[in-house]
Order: sequence, then structure tokens, then C-alpha cells
Amino acid sequence: MLGLGLASIALTIFLATRMNLIDDESYPFHLFSQFPAFFIYILNEIIKANIDVVKRIMTSSSISPQLVDIPVPQKSDLGRVIYANSITLTPGTVSVALSKDTLTIHALTKEAAEDLTKGSMAKKIPDAVIKK
Amino acid sequence: MFIVVSLAILITMGLALARAIAGPTVYDRIAAVNLFGTKTVLLIAVWAFISGRTDLLDIALVYALINFIGVIAVLKLVTVGDFHSSSVDETDPAKADTE
Amino acid sequence: MIIDILSWACLTVGGILGIIGAIGIHRFPDFYSRLHAVGIADTLSAILILLGLGFQAGLSLAAFKLFLIFVFLFFTSPTASHALANAALHSGLEPELADDENKK
Repeated sequence: MLGLGLASIALTIFLATRMNLIDDESYPFHLFSQFPAFFIYILNEIIKANIDVVKRIMTSSSISPQLVDIPVPQKSDLGRVIYANSITLTPGTVSVALSKDTLTIHALTKEAAEDLTKGSMAKKIPDAVIKK
Repeated sequence: MFIVVSLAILITMGLALARAIAGPTVYDRIAAVNLFGTKTVLLIAVWAFISGRTDLLDIALVYALINFIGVIAVLKLVTVGDFHSSSVDETDPAKADTE
Repeated sequence: MIIDILSWACLTVGGILGIIGAIGIHRFPDFYSRLHAVGIADTLSAILILLGLGFQAGLSLAAFKLFLIFVFLFFTSPTASHALANAALHSGLEPELADDENKK
């Protein structure tokens, strides 16, 4: 049984390489060392942002929705996607549109928008430099 | 105790459903359905522990996949209008739904 | 024993956060700010409930499946939010901004 499975895996890999399905940025192995620290950082940010938004929901204190453009310092596609995803993941900020080097975000409060404009989160994103 | 958590999840699902029915724009409805689906995944996971059948977690995993694909598909259908063209057309579903 | 208490705390806080998020989608005025309330219920609430269940499961296959569900939600929920916001903006749904004249 195990042999059959092994054979079918080998066949799949053989077919995939023949069809050129495996491109050169399929899996970010070289970023693995940076992921744990980034994960702890993003978890911390999520908890902080959650407490803030929960306060605003429960006390009906003023919200001041903002649409702002922020620069994206990441060079690679993967870095940009991770940046946009982590902005959306923290409540209070949602990335609305992503272009080549700017990112339009909708922020629930002015403070959240200012935090992102300063770009403290951007420095923490593991940026992949992929050699083409 | 699991019962309390599943009750909390059910209340959340009820509120999300109310927003899905009431929501002024079509995007409100989709967001509410997305929340509903996420809560369903959590409810199935909690139910797996209530009934002691942890193999139900596989179903929760598959439901998470289906929920994501479903939301994206409905969003595509609402914005583009059909599945065979590739550009966003000029009709405005948000305004058409508001009346 | 300690693990039990920790797990119940996680589950309770997760459930309460879910309800708060659901209240949020009824209290916020426009679509884009409702998306933030959905974000609460999608991220921290889901993380805490799955973590609480993971404490109950211990080190087993069930815990691994819970971890897979967590990873999947972690990647797909921001993608879905971004797709929603992007589609809404492209279709011309105007966000209610603070510096408009109809100030809330």
C-alpha cells in the first residue's frame, strides 16, 4: 500500500515537472527563519488592535473612518502580499486596494491610520528577495 | 461549559444572520455570510468536542475551505454579473440593491 | 487542572468577543467600518476558541487538525476581507469619512 502511494507521488512529481507547473517562487523556504518572530509580533498587534476596536464598539466613542495611501517598501510580490494581509488581519485597518508601490487602506480611527503611515509594521515583514 | 460557548457562537450567528437579512448593500450581506461561515466552522469544532467525535474536525476543515471559495465566488458573481466574462462592468449592484 | 481553567478562560473570552463583533456589525454606520467588526470576530475570537479547544485536546491528532483549521482561517479571512473591500470600492460604494461635512 505504501509502495503504491510512493509510486503515485513520484508519478505526480514527474508529470508536474514535465508540465512546468513548478515555478521559481512556489514556496518561501528561505523565509522560515524569520517567521516565528514575525508571528509573535503579529499576534501581539492583533490583540492590541482588538482591545481598541472592542472598546470603540462597546462605548460608542467616536470613530473617524479614514482612507489613506501608504507606501509599500517591500520589493517582492510575496512581501507585499504578506504586508497587505497583516494590515487586514489587524482589526481597525483594512487594505482596500494594492498597486505597485502604494496601498490604500481604510482605517477605523485616525490613530490607527497614523500608526501605519509611520510604517512601524512594514519593517517587521519578512521580505523575500527572489532572484529571477 | 462547551454548551455555553456553543450558545455564544449561536447568538453571534443569529446576529450575523440578522445583518445578512437587513444589510443595506449587497456587500454587507456577503460580509455577514462570511462571518456566519467562520462561526459555523467554530461551532462544528466545538460540537466535535461536545460529542467526543474528533473526526468531525475534518468536516470543519472542509467547511472552512468551502466557505472561502463560496464567498469569493459569490463576490465574483455579484461584481461581474456572470462567470464567463473577465472585466468589471458598469452596472452598480450596491446601488441597485439599496432602492 | 490549570490547563482546564486556561482552556475555559480562552473559550469564554472567545465567545464573548464573537458576540461583541456581531453587535459591532449592527452598531457601525457604514459598510467599511462594519468590516472591522467582522475582523474582530474573524481573528481573535476564532484564535481563542481554537486555542481553548486545543488545550482540551492535548497533544493528539485532534490538536493538529485544530492547528490546520487555525492556519487556514488565518490566511483566508484577510483575503476575503480584502476582496470584499476592493470589490465594494471598485463598484463605487463611497465610504463614510470623518472629514466629510456630515460628521458623526
